[in-house]
Amino acid sequence: MSTQIEQETERETEQTDEQSPEQRRREAKREREAERAEEIERALSEAEKTVELKIFRYDPEVEDKSEPRFDSFTIPFHKGMTILDAIIYARDKYDSSLTFRHSCRQAVCGSDALFINGKQRLGCKTQVGELEWPVRIEPLPHQDVVKDLVVDMQHFYDQMHAVEPYFEPDELPDGELEEQRQDPENREKVKLSTRCIWCGACMSSCNIAAGDNEYLGPAAINKAYRFAMDEREGQDRKQERLRIIEQEHGVWRCQTQFSCTEVCPKDIPLTEHIQELKREAVKNNLKFW
Amino acid sequence: MNEHDVIVIGAGGAGLRAAIEAHEEGADVALVSKLHPVRSHTGAAEGGINAALHEEDSWELHAYDTMKGSDYLGDAPAIDAFAKEAPDEVIQLEHWGMPFSREEDGTVSQRPFGGLSHPRTTYAGAETGHHLLHTMYEQVVKRGIEVYEEWYVTRLAVTDHDNPDNRECYGCVGYDIKTGEVAGFYGSDGVILATGGLGQAFDHTTNAVANTGDGPAMAYRAGAPMEDMEFVQFHPTSLPSTGVLISEGVRGEGGILYNDEEERFMFEYGYANNEGELASRDVVSRAELTQINEGKGIEDEYVHLDMRHLGEERIVDRLENILHLAEDFEGVDGLSEPMPVKPGQHYQMGGVEVDEYGHTCINGLYTVGESACYSLHGSNRLGGNALPELLVFGARAGRHAAGGDVEQSQIPTGPSAKSENGDVDPPVDPGAVKNGGDPVAADGGAVAAPKQILDRAIETEEERIETLLERDGINHADVRETVQQTMTENVNVFREESNLKQALRDIREARAQYQNVGVSDPSRTYNTDLIHTIETRNVIDCAEAIALSALAREEFRGAHWRKQHQERKDDEWLKHTLLAWSDGNPELYYKPVILEGHDQTYEPKDRSY
Repeated sequence: MSTQIEQETERETEQTDEQSPEQRRREAKREREAERAEEIERALSEAEKTVELKIFRYDPEVEDKSEPRFDSFTIPFHKGMTILDAIIYARDKYDSSLTFRHSCRQAVCGSDALFINGKQRLGCKTQVGELEWPVRIEPLPHQDVVKDLVVDMQHFYDQMHAVEPYFEPDELPDGELEEQRQDPENREKVKLSTRCIWCGACMSSCNIAAGDNEYLGPAAINKAYRFAMDEREGQDRKQERLRIIEQEHGVWRCQTQFSCTEVCPKDIPLTEHIQELKREAVKNNLKFW
Repeated sequence: MNEHDVIVIGAGGAGLRAAIEAHEEGADVALVSKLHPVRSHTGAAEGGINAALHEEDSWELHAYDTMKGSDYLGDAPAIDAFAKEAPDEVIQLEHWGMPFSREEDGTVSQRPFGGLSHPRTTYAGAETGHHLLHTMYEQVVKRGIEVYEEWYVTRLAVTDHDNPDNRECYGCVGYDIKTGEVAGFYGSDGVILATGGLGQAFDHTTNAVANTGDGPAMAYRAGAPMEDMEFVQFHPTSLPSTGVLISEGVRGEGGILYNDEEERFMFEYGYANNEGELASRDVVSRAELTQINEGKGIEDEYVHLDMRHLGEERIVDRLENILHLAEDFEGVDGLSEPMPVKPGQHYQMGGVEVDEYGHTCINGLYTVGESACYSLHGSNRLGGNALPELLVFGARAGRHAAGGDVEQSQIPTGPSAKSENGDVDPPVDPGAVKNGGDPVAADGGAVAAPKQILDRAIETEEERIETLLERDGINHADVRETVQQTMTENVNVFREESNLKQALRDIREARAQYQNVGVSDPSRTYNTDLIHTIETRNVIDCAEAIALSALAREEFRGAHWRKQHQERKDDEWLKHTLLAWSDGNPELYYKPVILEGHDQTYEPKDRSY
């Protein structure tokens, strides 16, 4: 088999001046596709194992993709392979129209939250070897699908923005080059909440958010927690923050099912943060009676 | 057409800072980015932000360290402005809520970093960039600054005066990734490029998939030269299998590098007898690869970075993120075993030639952050200097574009700054593919009214996108792979003439192949095949500029090491490499380094750590 491949790759096509650019491109494409098919075949036969991916496909604009379906891709598996590695392989070697968001490859940009074997996970930090095969990969549930694995994140962003997600201290120090003081313990208290990468996994996993479109959701409430608990902002601002999360579609909707906490790729104790804000809100209301 | 006073392209740290400043100056500003802002790669920066905050420290010391780190290829006006303004920027960030790590008295902590004479690196755990990015995005939300997210800018609208010094930039053309719409962005007061790195020109990089050098490539083709592109930083501690970065903070806190014989080679072999692991990044990367090449690497591929002796408490407190990265991306527990590391492409010191306000030679066109070259980092950037750079120069460009108070700039740009013609003998012609008859590679625009210039740019882009979508052709991924492989093999830490020439031949071949690309996905909805295909042309332009500039510079300075020229040659090479596109016939030339600052003049000295 290997000799046959060598022979084929050695074969070269003469390019003549008479070729039109279009012919040239077609010719180049044919050659490349043949090379790639051989490369895939070689990789598959050399790999100790191959893994099958079943990937959700949908494109409202393209005729044979306008009805959602699953495509199967067989990928040569290697130790350490992540889901992101696997779908990049599927895209670059089999089907360049396979669409998903990804950028940093290291779990900090939050682009590639996907529904993998029935659970929200980041593609880049999910090991293929630790999953049941074949692996089923779908876009995040409870969000509109734009195409293939890409969902519309607008609603998620709207909810994030609804909690006034920006630092606004009651006052700032006067001195030149003077920072606000923050107790290391207080920094520790907000530390986990500041790790959020806006991937949307929590929101997608939340039953309450699925049933109540106006529910702020775990990520946005965690963002509110991040500021409400930061001693640098001051008490006045904290009052306003508690008012925001106490609204009808705020913290009281949470039924402590812990699904958000379970799927958070940054291990943020989301449910605990929501519970703590509930307690803060109660304490705060008692204070005014 | 979307009209604003200032258009900022790219919404990472530099773009966000520029937008905030322009807004503060009263401009109507818009951010246009191919990613949602929080997805930007600034978020992956780990180590910290250098600023002289302590009383016993000073901006002069920070400037001196930066100039020494640059191996005397930095320009003093840029370095001085940077070191003076960094403290204000850090305090500003703190006032915006940045969750910095703290001392017991509640003040912002500072730690030692490579090449610094004082512990002046502020940080937020080992995820400083993440916090900086989110803190600034929050401030953008607070100000209601308009963000066009997932819009990919593919062309600048620039006049085509013969001399780039006379050209004007009036905006850019964007492609809405979600819908496929092509639209113009008119910026009456200026356009600020802040597109980040170009790591995708290499196949082992700490950079994101989105870091494709879009800004430098677009500015280059529009007439702004690329400067000092040969200087590429290879970070000494990236994970071997993925290129994921392990922060210099690990060494800053006391992490030690070992070879396969468990020798602490930085000292044992005299690579840096004083600073050891905390020598400048170029020094450490070369030391590692020398060890590996001499058979002292582990599995002939990497060395070990050990932080176990720091103890769990300190590691979890200051470097927790590193434990997650080592576990998730290399399967290693940093608390109980050393971490495998090797050099990986990390940062591009060179970029679009700009002055100390980020202004290019094209009127109204600015570049900031990693895509720019002021020149601040010269031939080697110090760890912890990239984040303050994007704050200081983001703010300066934002202010300049919005018409705020600025001083006369001291750094000359454009063809009029030329002091000497280049003398380089590439094995193949660089630049545009001639006789390709391919509109995809064409550029330019006639002198006309501002909005006509933009209209014409829109038409050209619509045509180009239409062509790419409709025609049959090869997958861009094959072309990109050719470039990445040759760059990592031939334009790496150690450079030889024959390898550099081979890279130029391979890149030429990739350019020829690019004439044959087509996009198979016919859809206008979220077509990443199309986006990546357009990016690949930018990758080719950047890779070629790096390889050509590297071939031209026959000396060893900072990150640029040449086998046949193993010494710094100040008499001949104390100058910046410029590469102008010249409508497809690249021209290489030089301009002098400025060592004379407003307050101090720098004397080139031996650079030892």
